[in-house]
Amino acid sequence: MAVVRRKRFHERSRTLFLLMLPGLAYFLLFHYGALVGNVIAFKEYVPFDGLWGSPWVGLGNFQRMFEDGAFWSSVVNTLWIAVLQLVFYFPVPLALALLLHSLTWSTVRRFVQSVAYLPHFISWVIVVALFQQVLGDTGLLNSTLSGAGLHTVDIIGNPDAFKPLVVAQVIWKDAGWGTIIFLAALSQVDEQQYEAAAIDGAGPWRRFWHVTLPAIRPVIVLLLIMRLGDILSVGFEQMLLQRDAVGPEAAEIIDTFVYYQGIVGGDYGFAAAAGLFKGVIGALLVYAANKVAHRLGEQGVYK
Amino acid sequence: MSASARPGWLEKPRPLTQAGKVLALATVVLLVCVPFLVIVSTSLASTDEVVANGGWVLWPTEPSLDAYRDILDGGIVTHALGVSAGVTIVGTLLSLACTVTLAYALSRPGVFGGRPVLLLILFTFLFPPGMIPSFLLVKELGLLDNYASLVLPVLVNVFNLVVLRGFFQGIPEELYEAARLDGAGDWRVLFSIVLPLSKAALAVVGLFYAVAYWNSWFYASLYLESDHWPLQQVLRTYVVAGSGLTDATTGEATITAPQTVQMAVLVIATVPILLVYPFLQKYFTKGVLTGAIKS
Repeated sequence: MAVVRRKRFHERSRTLFLLMLPGLAYFLLFHYGALVGNVIAFKEYVPFDGLWGSPWVGLGNFQRMFEDGAFWSSVVNTLWIAVLQLVFYFPVPLALALLLHSLTWSTVRRFVQSVAYLPHFISWVIVVALFQQVLGDTGLLNSTLSGAGLHTVDIIGNPDAFKPLVVAQVIWKDAGWGTIIFLAALSQVDEQQYEAAAIDGAGPWRRFWHVTLPAIRPVIVLLLIMRLGDILSVGFEQMLLQRDAVGPEAAEIIDTFVYYQGIVGGDYGFAAAAGLFKGVIGALLVYAANKVAHRLGEQGVYK
Repeated sequence: MSASARPGWLEKPRPLTQAGKVLALATVVLLVCVPFLVIVSTSLASTDEVVANGGWVLWPTEPSLDAYRDILDGGIVTHALGVSAGVTIVGTLLSLACTVTLAYALSRPGVFGGRPVLLLILFTFLFPPGMIPSFLLVKELGLLDNYASLVLPVLVNVFNLVVLRGFFQGIPEELYEAARLDGAGDWRVLFSIVLPLSKAALAVVGLFYAVAYWNSWFYASLYLESDHWPLQQVLRTYVVAGSGLTDATTGEATITAPQTVQMAVLVIATVPILLVYPFLQKYFTKGVLTGAIKS
């Protein structure tokens, strides 16, 4: 009996392991295999010798990177754009979610929700093209302005306007989608709490302050911390698509720096060093952010 | 759920508040819709009308499909459309197959190596391998200028995997037990119990994969020669960078396309998303995603 059961367990486990195999092989090859390839950051890549034959240079690539003004400029741009997103993008989904949640007419609410989610599924290529059509030299805005006899505004291709522009694009593309998580939190609030507060004489603002806000505060804190952990990533595709139009001084972020040094310039070792630097700092930040979120979450439970 | 459910305790909004809300909602809807209207209208207008109007048209006076006829009778865009469709279909099927099997195996308790494998996978979320090593790997594997380079390096998405695994775990244990008593093996359980019960989750994950494959352009720019490019990468060169392309069949460099043609390419690249969107939309309300995001 015991033998039979053990045999069946082995067969079961073998089937499950077989099912696991293709996906597991993918992760081992394309994630861990590539991860090993980071040794190139400590080498000088020679195309003829390949990844393994190229000579070691120790920390030479990192030293060059730390002395490179262009690298630091890309770090500054990355952080600067991340901060602008945090200040100007982050509150928008929250505000939009509150607005949507306050609608009592569910047909209108669902319609606006559908429209607002849509841009999330549009590729960055199309989003950038749309912005060019609307805000470009001959776009909707400028031809309307010049038609009305007003000054035109130089937005696309203007390095000074680049950072506000990319934040506006992120708002357009993702603010609607970002409401999902807030709406989920808002729908968890017990309707009776609002009713009780209203009966006790609390007006809309006091109900917002004492019922709505406490309900969504954990989500806000969690998202904020997650965003801080991911602060070194600010939209690689979006920047790459528009970097040539405004130049690297305004638009180079760490990811595009890696791309232009490595893929375009062929300096793989140096580029991989910059990428590895970002990866390690990024992982530490995400890890720290998770720890902080966890601690705050626990506190929230015990309160 | 009635159309308007105003609870008794809620005071009637003041006209000013009401007007403010209407204004805000109208702004949101217009901000999303007007750009799409402009590109569709411009693609349907005549070149003369577009030039006369300074580069765009809000409503074409004499709509024509000339721009679409131009790009769809052979040539770069037609070819790119085929590449995009092929990569999207094959990629989505392969990704779904690998994600489903892995998610199912990881959702069953006591699978050999389940815990370490899960940790191994979650770690990749924390520490992605990086662009240069990934590029060199694809190169060493000999996948350059091979359509497989658009699919294999992104075969399984960790988020989708976690969504499916969570969904499979939510299926009542009694159903598994009953099937096992009937002598069903894991393959049978997966195909006759788990998958039929997970249609909504499969649809969402499948559509996420499809949208990602359809929208992808960066890997094509890295790994493929320009005559094998998918639609989004052609669009990038055509419209965003505003440069002409070399025709794959004739080898002739085409001049920069007129505005109407550029906008038609833009529309063609967007339409599939608009077509699948209602199906995606249907599942958002079912809480498949909100449940997953929360966890």
